[in-house]
Amino acid sequence: MTTPQTATAERSFWIGFTILAALILLVLPLMLDVFRLNLVGRYLTYAFVAVGLVLCWGYGGILSLGQGVFFGLGGYCLAMFLKLESSTPEATAIQSTPGIPDFMDWNQITALPWFWEPFKSLPVALIAIVVVPAVFAYVIGVAMFKRRVGGVYFAIITQAIAAIMTILIIGQQGYTGGINGITDLRTLLGWDIRTDSAKTILYFVNALLLLATLVLARWILTSRLGRILVAMRGKEDRVRFSGYSVANFKIFVFCVAAAMSGIGGAMFTLQFGFMSPSFVGIVPSIEMVIFAAVGGRLSILGAVYGALIVNWAKSIFSEAFPELWLLAMGGLFIAVVMAFPNGLAGLYSVYVAPMLPRIRAWAMSTRGLPARDTDGQISKPGVTHAR
Amino acid sequence: MHASKDKDFALAIEGLTVSFDGFKAVDDLSLYVDDNEIRVIIGPNGAGKTTVLDLICGRTKADAGSIVFKGKDLTKMKENQIVQAGVGRFFQNPSVYEDLTVYENLELSYPRGRSVFGSLFFRPDAALVERVTAVAETIFLADHLQDIAGELSHGQKQWLEIGMLLVQDPALMMLDEPVAGMSVSERRQTAELLHQIIQDRSVIVVEHDMSFVADIAHRVTVMHQGSVLSEGSMQHVQSDARVKEVYLGH
Ligand SMILES: Nc1ncnc2c1ncn2[C@@H]1O[C@H](COP(=O)(O)OP(=O)(O)O)[C@@H](O)[C@H]1O
Ligand SMILES: [Mg+2]
Repeated sequence: MTTPQTATAERSFWIGFTILAALILLVLPLMLDVFRLNLVGRYLTYAFVAVGLVLCWGYGGILSLGQGVFFGLGGYCLAMFLKLESSTPEATAIQSTPGIPDFMDWNQITALPWFWEPFKSLPVALIAIVVVPAVFAYVIGVAMFKRRVGGVYFAIITQAIAAIMTILIIGQQGYTGGINGITDLRTLLGWDIRTDSAKTILYFVNALLLLATLVLARWILTSRLGRILVAMRGKEDRVRFSGYSVANFKIFVFCVAAAMSGIGGAMFTLQFGFMSPSFVGIVPSIEMVIFAAVGGRLSILGAVYGALIVNWAKSIFSEAFPELWLLAMGGLFIAVVMAFPNGLAGLYSVYVAPMLPRIRAWAMSTRGLPARDTDGQISKPGVTHAR
Repeated sequence: MHASKDKDFALAIEGLTVSFDGFKAVDDLSLYVDDNEIRVIIGPNGAGKTTVLDLICGRTKADAGSIVFKGKDLTKMKENQIVQAGVGRFFQNPSVYEDLTVYENLELSYPRGRSVFGSLFFRPDAALVERVTAVAETIFLADHLQDIAGELSHGQKQWLEIGMLLVQDPALMMLDEPVAGMSVSERRQTAELLHQIIQDRSVIVVEHDMSFVADIAHRVTVMHQGSVLSEGSMQHVQSDARVKEVYLGH
């Protein structure tokens, strides 16, 4: 049933979406040089993770402090393909075993490990970017949610997984490239990804994929499943007695969030030509939660702004006071959670949105048109879920 | 050996036992409910009435015994599967979805699209809208469909809770003290409502209000210390000396 509220919410989402699309597709590319645009592209890859966190944390109530794992998995899946492409026998003729990635050769590995084999194929790698994180999330989800592990316990376990994953990647140097990661990626099907024009094109691919991800997230949230997620917050028990399997719904949003993070990771790899364990661990995973918290954990558009603004602040701040950044970040997180639990999106809907009809009425009257007050509906602070 | 072998009951509970920290809250309880029967369970506080309902709907797991509903053993099923099998529960404290509208609360209770992908691709059809609208009418909330449920009064939340159960249309409905904590006028309105919603299904009601019990019960089960103390018509249990002693006497 279409109601006045849902119609208003629908319209304001698409207006916000259009503004965001204009910003990242037009305004920023026109304003910034390739170097800075590339940097924005990097922030936008984190936005994939933040949007996923809105779904699983904001709506599903699942706080994951290990989303970096999925970002990394997606990134590594593509990095493996790109690495194999640039490790032709000709290019690696000087190695003791030509035709395998350089770091393997340095680690006395003499044949390509079995799990690298499928990544010789681009279609396989592209599917893996989404499927590997999703399947890993599924395994974690089944193990945790079917046993009704949630809340803080789940957060701690995901954090432990992030730590273990980092240790594993660093420890298995010969198979993973170790602490340096998989580096020196040059071409995608022969197309040089290091040139300025490639970087610009990849920025737009990244931006369009992010917009598509937002549309998908929006579709999920406006489906009945989205309402079930809202119902589940704090009332899991009741949802069971409405006939829904709470565990299955949690597993689903966790997998979706993981898949989105994987796409972000792969876009990072493409734009920067490497992937390393520094994106997998606890600190980057927590940073990603902060992007979502600052943007507003109930707003998928807010999550994108959160990723852009926090990273922009970080780039300025950490140049001046590199050792203080982590502290500032922690402070920011606590401040946001305590004072503005709905982040920037919450501030927007409490302070800015109520003024819009008045501004519109004012604009109309100055143009000599009759003032209309069609949607003078004031958003209530408590019900700012951006649906 | 058991009565259930001779007759098809809607619900057959046999030898049901559960203990909390060694204390037997329900002790070898057997209970049979017919199709379309309205059964009222009465008994002193702590007799185990709520626990029996918890066991039937899967909120508490039984230590022993079976609960067979339409040929399925509910003790082996999860809460949501039990709901899908047709068991609905009205909760003692209203627990509507506070962040959703009245309409959305009712819509979520509609018994379709309950799997992950079912709900993802679920589109409300005319039958749903009709059902929700009709139920909203019944529960006196037709003018509140777009209100956020969290902002309703206590009585209205209780009605919404009943409405959610109605939309769910369970074959077995369980009501735990449905008129407790209500004002006199709300109580009367709710009693009327309950009369409507308990038609055409099996119902188990836990209630203390004896005039209400006398009004609706087909049969009455008196529980005491986790077991059945007496069972039969209202007159039968009221004239039972043991019942008078433990419950009706004071
Ligand atoms: N989850 C539980 N844990 C421990 N004891 C419980 C639990 N649920 C019920 N009890 C105990 O079981 C007994 C029966 O409770 P209950 O079924 O609520 O009684 P009634 O609804 O008949 O008043 C009480 O003594 C109560 O304290
Ligand atoms: Mg009770």
